[in-house]
Amino acid sequence: MSSTARHVRRALVERHSGLVRLTHWINAVSLLVLLLSGLQIFNAHPKLYWGAQSHFDRPWLATFAVAGQGGLQGVTRIGPVRLDTTGFLGVSRQHGVQVVRGFPAWLTLPPQQFLAVGRRWHFFFAWVFAINGAVYAASAVLGGHLRRDLLPTRDQLRPRHVLLEIWDHMRLRFPKGEEAKRYNVLQKGAYLGVAFVLLPLMVLTGMTMSPGLDAAFPWLLDLFGGRQSARSIHFVTASLIVLFFFVHMVMVVLSGLWNNVRSMITGRYAIEVAASEPAGEAS
Amino acid sequence: MNPPRRGWLKGAGASIASLALAGCDKIATDPNLVKALAGAEVLNRRVQRLIGARALAREFPRADITPSFRANGSTNPPDADYQAHVASGFADWTLIVDGLVEKPLALSLAEIRALPARTQITRHDCVEGWSCIGEWTGAKMAALVGLAGLKKQAKHIVLYCADTLGGSKYYETLDVVDVVHPQTILAYEMNGGPLTVPHGAPLRLRAEHYLGYKQAKYVMRLEAVDRFDHIGGGQGGYWEDRGYDRFGGI
Repeated sequence: MSSTARHVRRALVERHSGLVRLTHWINAVSLLVLLLSGLQIFNAHPKLYWGAQSHFDRPWLATFAVAGQGGLQGVTRIGPVRLDTTGFLGVSRQHGVQVVRGFPAWLTLPPQQFLAVGRRWHFFFAWVFAINGAVYAASAVLGGHLRRDLLPTRDQLRPRHVLLEIWDHMRLRFPKGEEAKRYNVLQKGAYLGVAFVLLPLMVLTGMTMSPGLDAAFPWLLDLFGGRQSARSIHFVTASLIVLFFFVHMVMVVLSGLWNNVRSMITGRYAIEVAASEPAGEAS
Repeated sequence: MNPPRRGWLKGAGASIASLALAGCDKIATDPNLVKALAGAEVLNRRVQRLIGARALAREFPRADITPSFRANGSTNPPDADYQAHVASGFADWTLIVDGLVEKPLALSLAEIRALPARTQITRHDCVEGWSCIGEWTGAKMAALVGLAGLKKQAKHIVLYCADTLGGSKYYETLDVVDVVHPQTILAYEMNGGPLTVPHGAPLRLRAEHYLGYKQAKYVMRLEAVDRFDHIGGGQGGYWEDRGYDRFGGI
């Protein structure tokens, strides 16, 4: 018999297909432009309502300015909650002077208040985003990426396994070896939720804000409860995508920044495998 | 770090941020770049025309009419001619229909009221993002234009308005396909009463596939044209000349 000495060795595995990598980065750039130009558009009327139309006296979310001690005060009201958001929402500084605007200049595209140009950016990249997303979704469904990599397997869905993963996740213990070759069930849930729920919701609620598309597809209005509800859902969903982005960034850094970034650029991802090396020949 | 030095650093940081934003502004509003981005408008127009040029916009029950319909743009035109019409109750208001038509017309309000009319309770969507529901009654544009008879070369209808806004006369353009849409009307009534000055008395456009800036108020003249690059700033409308898309359906 040969004796074996076990030690850990790093191996590069193919993590992401070329199409996943390409669509990932086109998606990332599109979402950044859409977010910043979207906040520009929001600023033209920084209030949100429910229903078909705007009841100007009862927005559920509003940013505005009031005269305060020593200048203007920015106020954000969400339902019954009233917050002082001076410097960020309602009132912020632009070239050293206080200006009344929803989101500050550094978060809008273009930075100055210019709705017409913000719309140009938004609608151009909306097409880039939607076509890119359609290519990704079609290839994920038809090419097996969805079934192979994203849908949880039966063993991953066992309550005991899910609880274990949550416990590991809370202690920031990342899977190693064979387990690291696939997404864990929390990752799968997050990616499925973003790619197949939140992002399509952005497209549909965006379409519902178009009077022309509302005429062609009146069911959109029924689906979201009216144009102003669609505008609100568009904003809330965008906020959830921003939240996902921050969690995504934290997890990328904590679970190996370079390894993750490389895998999304070159496709190769390093995992640690227990290698068996023969210590000597059997006699 | 002592306070003056920190103040200096803070100032420098703010200056750098300010410069970065100014640079970003310059790039993001670069005319050639914006022109390239505007290519998406062609796609929006083509797709929307393909899937729903003839579809009717949703109409609402009377209970949905808002008591606080917002008026934007001109709400009381400063123009002396217009104010004279207000003073006389629009008794001498005449709508001119000319350009590429078989029979140029000059119609009084009474003649316009005698044309086939339509009443519709629809949602008005401002490009800023808000919406208001109101009831409109007016002459069908298809009937009006039919009376004058469009020549084959006519591609667009220019709507000339009585109001001066920010130093320029307001105007708009529609394509012929929009003019013959059943919900495209020249409204003379709102919510069951005569159109008021803030909402465009005595005549305003309602083209329900489009945003608010397309709904020209104080309409004095319709001109059928095959091109509009010689009119106003050449972009096909007051707001279009200021960077907004002429399509206006999204």
